[in-house]
Amino acid sequence: MSSRGNSVAKGWRAGLGSRALVSMTGEGAFVRLYGVVAAGGFRRYTTYRVATAAGVFTNTVFGVIVAYTYIALWDQRPNLGGYDQSQALTYVWVSQALLMTVNMFGGGFADELVERIRTGDIAIDLYRPADLQLWWLSADLGRALFHFLGRGAVPLAFGALFFDLALPTTPGTWLAFLLAVLLGVVVSFALRFLVALSAFWLLDGAGVSSLVSIAGLFFSGMLLPLNAFPGLLGEVARALPWSCLLQIPADVLMGHHHGTGLLGAYGFQLGWAALLLGAGRVLQSAAVRRVVVQGG
Amino acid sequence: MPGAAGAAGAPERLPAPGMWATYRMIAGMWIRSTLAYRASFAMMLVGNFLVTAFDFVVIALMFSQVRSLGGYSFAEVAFLYGTSTTAFGLANALLGSIDKLGARVRDGTLDTLLVRPAPVLAQVAADRFGLQRLGRLLQGLLVLGGSLLALDVHWTVLKALLVPMMLLSGTAIFCAVFVAGAAFQFWAQDAAEVQSAFTYGGQTLLQYPPTVFAKDMVRGVTYVFPLAFVNWLPALYVLGRPYPLALPAWFAFTPPLVAALCLILAGQAWRVGVRSYRSTGS
Repeated sequence: MSSRGNSVAKGWRAGLGSRALVSMTGEGAFVRLYGVVAAGGFRRYTTYRVATAAGVFTNTVFGVIVAYTYIALWDQRPNLGGYDQSQALTYVWVSQALLMTVNMFGGGFADELVERIRTGDIAIDLYRPADLQLWWLSADLGRALFHFLGRGAVPLAFGALFFDLALPTTPGTWLAFLLAVLLGVVVSFALRFLVALSAFWLLDGAGVSSLVSIAGLFFSGMLLPLNAFPGLLGEVARALPWSCLLQIPADVLMGHHHGTGLLGAYGFQLGWAALLLGAGRVLQSAAVRRVVVQGG
Repeated sequence: MPGAAGAAGAPERLPAPGMWATYRMIAGMWIRSTLAYRASFAMMLVGNFLVTAFDFVVIALMFSQVRSLGGYSFAEVAFLYGTSTTAFGLANALLGSIDKLGARVRDGTLDTLLVRPAPVLAQVAADRFGLQRLGRLLQGLLVLGGSLLALDVHWTVLKALLVPMMLLSGTAIFCAVFVAGAAFQFWAQDAAEVQSAFTYGGQTLLQYPPTVFAKDMVRGVTYVFPLAFVNWLPALYVLGRPYPLALPAWFAFTPPLVAALCLILAGQAWRVGVRSYRSTGS
């Protein structure tokens, strides 16, 4: 908390007092403020090294368990969902690698924001010379980068070492994957921001947030690739925003989208990101009108 | 102890409440507190029900594509799923809060619990008692009930008795895992997630037939970390299936012994943990 306060204070001293000032001092200062917030988000998670190691261990154990169930499934139905067995296994390990990056289980910044709404600390945040949504988005992007490196790399490497994976060999595909992951993180953030704001009305946001994260777990394809969902359920699942989090990045990594198809996939992610971030802004302005600062 | 009380003008001591009384008192308090936000509680209960229901939906989706998994039918896998989820659900409802121990060590609130005249284990276990965790248990019981109706098993008295036995000993084994995991957090406060690999991971593993997994994994959870005794060994006896490892048939009846042993070991680990605890001083 205090590091955040400090960076605001610094921003203030540097003349980032309000949005008007920001626009006067130009884009550079704007980028710098949110860059500092993102860097803080990254640094904050680097502190918990033991927790990171523990998480990597658990992700890897789950990866192994799920990998064997998929081997059994694809033994019975080779080519299920258009994947061969090594692609199915790649999917397993990419899903374990991205689990934390796209914050599949919810929590993270959302819990913190809900708590601040519940306790009333949100009034201080609204006073800050920074935009609420952009602030939390920057912090979450910093966190996502840390989780991508700290929690993603080892399980994926473990999977590649002990299972037969279909990973791309061209750097271009890896870069395309990174962009898809970034867009997935933004969509994930936009969803959780919406959920967190519901606390303005419900006070205890835990119920909604657990329901939404469960829906997310299922419709992201974390439990089973959306390609392998039967019929209409599959079509619906692939059209929902959660497919941006894992299914699209995994398919981009495995080279399922190229050329205009790849642009289409990005367009789908961008569309959901814009829609959900926009909805977040609308809800935010409605919520802010509800805030009554009690003083004291 | 009671004899010493009241001697030489010492303040009269109240008898310390036992493990179960402490647990009931604190859990009851949290239940009342949970029910204060009814809408949120209802959603959390539904959520808890759904999160595990989705686990089962995934298995159902798998079986919409295939007839068998690792040589097991849908009803047989549902039976494994039901027994694993019920045992874990019960253990999780009873002791699920215990994995917050590391956080308590870190922020120093464990000290508060240590000075209270009540068993620490009961206090930690009942803390933030989550009534919504019954959602998982309920869901496991429903699948188990459904599988019992759908199974094509030649029931004997022995097999019928094995079902409640495996649920109870399975719960006890998972409880032991929870306690041992919490004890581990006395040394590695931030490593709470390692525990999830054995609790949630174990539950997931046991939902599938052992034939799905590599022999070494089955060996590991049979001889080293005895999760196989939660349901695999007794359930495969009920289903009339051979266990992938060459074990005599009577192993299907050993889960209560294994559970007792696990509880004793976990209790020892807990005691060692409490004794070696050094407050952060904050």
